Amino acid sequence: MPVPNSTYIVEIDGLHKTYFRTRALNGIDLKLERGRIFGLLGPNGSGKSTLLKTIAGLVRPTSGRVLVDGQKPSAATRALVAYLPETDHLYPWMTVRETLDFVSAFYADWEAPRAAALLAFMELDAARRVGELSRGQRARLKLVLALSRSAPLVLLDEPLSGIDPPSRARIIRAVVGEYRLGEQTIILSTHQVKEAEGVFDRVVFLREGRVALCETAENLRAAHGCSVQDLWERVYG
Amino acid sequence: MRLDFDPARPIYLQIVDEIRRAVARGELAPGDRIPSLRELAQHAGVNPNTVQRAFQEMERMQLTETLRGQGTFIRGDPDLVARLRAEMARDALGAFLREMFSLGYTAGDIRRLVDAALDEQTKRGDAGAE
Repeated sequence: MPVPNSTYIVEIDGLHKTYFRTRALNGIDLKLERGRIFGLLGPNGSGKSTLLKTIAGLVRPTSGRVLVDGQKPSAATRALVAYLPETDHLYPWMTVRETLDFVSAFYADWEAPRAAALLAFMELDAARRVGELSRGQRARLKLVLALSRSAPLVLLDEPLSGIDPPSRARIIRAVVGEYRLGEQTIILSTHQVKEAEGVFDRVVFLREGRVALCETAENLRAAHGCSVQDLWERVYG
Repeated sequence: MRLDFDPARPIYLQIVDEIRRAVARGELAPGDRIPSLRELAQHAGVNPNTVQRAFQEMERMQLTETLRGQGTFIRGDPDLVARLRAEMARDALGAFLREMFSLGYTAGDIRRLVDAALDEQTKRGDAGAE
């Protein structure tokens, strides 16, 4: 019987995932403490999205074990996880307001006042149709959806990718500003390391479906005398 | 408060240094309130856990004090500014001496070079200028 409320919100042992003949995850062992912000770093194809989907309970492991809050991913753990997918999953014909109403109906932990505050911070007009929004605006809306829940585990898959620098800065400030100190765990995958440098407690570098490095960001800076961005270039360069 | 981080040093230490410098320069006075943890984190785009660590460190160094429900303040200690200036001067001198010794200068060389540099500054009339 797994013990709930352990130090770790996510525990992964020997995780493999194979899609037909492609190995996406190739033996991942990882324990993620509660109350921290993790950076999941790695180039395209390194397994970041597959790993996040597995934690979210959307992808079944080929072999190995994944525990979220001490339980196998299921409908029960999905209630604990707020997941921002990399893909654009919003309906273009809905307005921003309708999108919020639609998504909020799925979740018991939705916080309407927080959603309203985030919408204002992200400078989104509730009356606009999603189809009329720019790419950066849609990325900001997706973040509003993920951060308006009080879920203990938040998975953000490439929230900074393919959008303009001002939107990226605003997204980072929203993540940091809404973060519940000591309660929430955030896993943010990105290849935009430079912008997110100061956000991470711990960084996990993935390469070819394996963990290449897992260390606290402050230790990396102190031990190597260089930024996480520089280390990225060393690990992948 | 300017927070332009040097990516090669732990961020929590840089936050501590920035506050120390502001007090030593007189930009923050004993008894002044500093921004809250959340304000600082959001303003600088930095992890709140990192800012919290900086706050703990400043408390431990007796640089700040937290009053429940009111916020975090620079300690109302009349000797604080003098103490910080002395600490920072010692740090700056230490770094300078380490660098000079590593370049192979002796104590005598360093004294002469410092005197000569100070004389030069006085001659140009900009002693103490930034």
